[in-house]
Amino acid sequence: MNKKLDSNPRNRIRDVQREATAFRTRAIVGFLIIFICLGILAMRFAFLQIDRHDEFSARSDQNRISIRSIPPTRGLIYDRNGVPLAENTAAFRLEVVPDDVVDMKKTLAQLGDVIALSDDDIERFDALRKTKHSFDSIILRFKLSEDEIARFSTQRWRFPGVDVVPYLTRAYPLGEEFAHVVGYVGRIDVNDAQTLDAARYDGTTHIGKTGVERKYEDELHGEPGFEEVEVNVNKKEIRKIRRVPPTPGKNLYLTIDARLQKATEDAFEGRAGSAVAIDPRNGEVLAMVSVPSFDPNLFVNGIGRVDYATLLNAPEKPLLNRAISANYTPGSTVKPYLGLGGLELGLRKPSDTVLSVGEFFIPGQSRGYRDDKKGGHGRVDLVQAIAQSVNTYFYSLAYDMRIDRFSDWMGKFGFGRPTGIDLVGETSGVLPSQQWKRARMNQPWYPGETVIAGIGQGYWVITPIQLAVADAMMAARGVRHVPHLLRAEQSGINTEAELIPLAPAAPSIIRNSENWEPVLQGMIAVVNGGGTANGLGKDFPYVIAGKTGTAERFSRTDESWTNIMSVAVERHQVLFEAFTPADDARIAVIAALEAGHTGAHDAAPIARKVLDEWLKDDDDKGAPEKGVVAK
Amino acid sequence: MSAQIAWRLRSWLVRSIREPFLDPYLLGALVLLAVIGLTTLYSASDLDRHLVLGQALRFLLGGVLMLLIARVPPQLWRNWTPWLYLASLVLLIAVALLGQGRGANRWLNLGVMRFQPSELVKLTLPMMVAWFLHARELPPRWLTLVMVAVLIAVPAWLIARQPDLGTALLVAASGVFAIFLAGLAWWRIGLVLAAGAGAAPLAWHFMHEYQRNRLRMFLDPESDPLGNGWHIIQSEIAVGSGGWFGKGWHHGTQSQLEFLPEHNTDFIFAVFSEEWGLIGILCLLALYLFIVGRGLMIAANARDVYSRLLAGSISMAFFVYVMVNGGMITGLLPVVGVPLPLVSYGGTSAVSLLAGFGMLMSIHAHRKLSSR
Repeated sequence: MNKKLDSNPRNRIRDVQREATAFRTRAIVGFLIIFICLGILAMRFAFLQIDRHDEFSARSDQNRISIRSIPPTRGLIYDRNGVPLAENTAAFRLEVVPDDVVDMKKTLAQLGDVIALSDDDIERFDALRKTKHSFDSIILRFKLSEDEIARFSTQRWRFPGVDVVPYLTRAYPLGEEFAHVVGYVGRIDVNDAQTLDAARYDGTTHIGKTGVERKYEDELHGEPGFEEVEVNVNKKEIRKIRRVPPTPGKNLYLTIDARLQKATEDAFEGRAGSAVAIDPRNGEVLAMVSVPSFDPNLFVNGIGRVDYATLLNAPEKPLLNRAISANYTPGSTVKPYLGLGGLELGLRKPSDTVLSVGEFFIPGQSRGYRDDKKGGHGRVDLVQAIAQSVNTYFYSLAYDMRIDRFSDWMGKFGFGRPTGIDLVGETSGVLPSQQWKRARMNQPWYPGETVIAGIGQGYWVITPIQLAVADAMMAARGVRHVPHLLRAEQSGINTEAELIPLAPAAPSIIRNSENWEPVLQGMIAVVNGGGTANGLGKDFPYVIAGKTGTAERFSRTDESWTNIMSVAVERHQVLFEAFTPADDARIAVIAALEAGHTGAHDAAPIARKVLDEWLKDDDDKGAPEKGVVAK
Repeated sequence: MSAQIAWRLRSWLVRSIREPFLDPYLLGALVLLAVIGLTTLYSASDLDRHLVLGQALRFLLGGVLMLLIARVPPQLWRNWTPWLYLASLVLLIAVALLGQGRGANRWLNLGVMRFQPSELVKLTLPMMVAWFLHARELPPRWLTLVMVAVLIAVPAWLIARQPDLGTALLVAASGVFAIFLAGLAWWRIGLVLAAGAGAAPLAWHFMHEYQRNRLRMFLDPESDPLGNGWHIIQSEIAVGSGGWFGKGWHHGTQSQLEFLPEHNTDFIFAVFSEEWGLIGILCLLALYLFIVGRGLMIAANARDVYSRLLAGSISMAFFVYVMVNGGMITGLLPVVGVPLPLVSYGGTSAVSLLAGFGMLMSIHAHRKLSSR
């Protein structure tokens, strides 16, 4: 065939056989290409399904399994006899799922007509929204009233994505009486969130803010459980895979006796001050009162700004727990301790006497330090000096002791440092010493300051709990127990409450036990021997030992000393300390009033009322293991 | 009367068995594939009987169409080819002018049913190319190539602007395969490929924004895991978590819990991979390879050039479905809406695929006498 003819298709005779063979070749090549391509695809599948299987398996599980934590139920708080002080009660709150809300602004505005929403609520809600997923249910308001729930129920159709949800809220049935001891819980705020273990608090809305609620947050909180839930792409629950129930927080039994607490508070009749009762044998705090108080229930579900400002700015400072963080000038209440120090340090013998003429002079100085009684008490020994609260005796003793030994000795009673009670926010007071003054004021110590320290004046300030502990130490012949509020813990509803073991007490600070007797006699004489609080022990079955304190609210040595209250209603801060039965005390009590006439006149009767109430229940005080009720 | 019909049916059956016009291998493979497809769809749709029945009905419709087409000799089809091609072009233009559909204009409402002309083109275009080439000298030269290119480009462009890149790609591929099978010289193929690579940036220019996004996501799906990358990531998770043996039928969590989007349609291959594992995948790929191979064998034994090219290009286009869909769900290729043949839910592609196999059956039934 010639080439020209061949190149012209019209003339070409088609070679059917050759074309078929050519096609066959192409088809085979095509098939091979396809085979290779599908081979590559198969290798890609193998790469994903075998090489990276573990990774994708994990991601697949991550997709479908959602772990939701179940917050634990908070432990309850009881008094020593099982009277509930903090409970969980059923309530309803309003929750919103942002994903299901079409127009959030509009919805919130319309909701406001049905349910009261404060600016605080909205602000908190907006803040919460930023930290959560849009498919999470976010709390808008706690503790709806019945009216609000009823109103919302009838109009629910207007608010898709908004729901009323039941929950347990904290309630304090005894309210004000225990506001300072038990404290309160509040909503977890931004600061809390930073320090909390996020896993343990996932789903928990409240945390202890003050008092026992705060101190024992760890015990009360419990451990959250969790639910492994299979969810679809919209996070809708398909089925539960596994559920580990939460462990509820421990129930706490306090050392406080609710009846005694109430009687103590009532005894103040609203006057500002504080009282603490301690069992000297073990440091159990039987009553601890700070007046005025406030309703802790206000704080649980978010206190309004106005209410809070009112409480915060009130001149009588209801939010302050006076028992552990208010400063009082101890005045004459410190005289028994100083007297004991004189004997222990060998500066005085019990029989040594001092002549009180109405004024004491440091040798070589002309400034006089007065007695309470014009013309003095005459010649007195230690017992009489305590009973009559004779300043001159203690001026001279303090002067002889010198400030260094003085503050050493008083430090042994715990003045000038926190007692270690199981509450947050305890202050130290001030026990003056040379170092303290140098550090604080950069001034040398003057002997005159030692003299007035001898009657509990000057720089010296104490907290009521410090005085109560010192009083209890005196009652227990110098043995100190750490004051505490937690008596027993209960891990579950069906378990027995377990007593908290006592911290071992240090040996008595009294080296010669005979020295204690004359001091005790002096304190008994205060109440029963014609002393400053004479007649207080009338009709009481046990012998009461005590000591009054009436402190100047304005210093004699330094007129610029700032007064504690801006408006002086009465001249003195008044105090009283007591314990009974005198030779084997089972209760030590102190009472302090910010304003009063004298310790005997105003503070002592409060202490007596506390003892009277304590007496009714005295049998229970005998055995420490009694009184805890297993629920 | 009824006896007469029965007698006719019987004689038809006897004839069919004695001289089968349906290739039993291809038919068997297709039935097996349809069963696998319906089973997978039943699981993917979370046991939606209604949906699966609908799909089965479409298979039935496609099967009847396949039988009808198979009964017509390829020579007749060849004679009608230009007219069919022109008709499908007219329909495509009609779609462009008055079509309807979600997001993309692909549908023509015929009153009684909606119809997607692009599916028709999947068949008429390779027919047209085969028709055009069979009358010309083979292997084709440049002029022929250019003319064929125009034949391919016009409908492909019309479909691509609907926009339906996947179908346009399939349609164009079937035409290109015809040229390849016609014996286009290797050096010409090389030149065309090089020119194509050079023009790639131009293609980027003409792409829709959503198509560009798909391409970007293909390159780095994790850059937008909840948005554009979601499909690819979830699909890879579904495939990868399947492992060797899969999670078992109806136990694929990715699809059952709806993490995998489009799990009834474009991403049903991922459901299959998740539930049957690599073993299942290898079996399914082998089945697809068998169908393609059998199609090419039928092509090789065909009577004339037209039949050969048509059968060959239909078979190879079938592979493109599998490759593009499989590549998409494994992240090997960008996301292009191409169904997995006879498995993905959706009527029109199943019907047009079976119609194409009808054409193969017809070619098989009228194959070379020598090879009978």
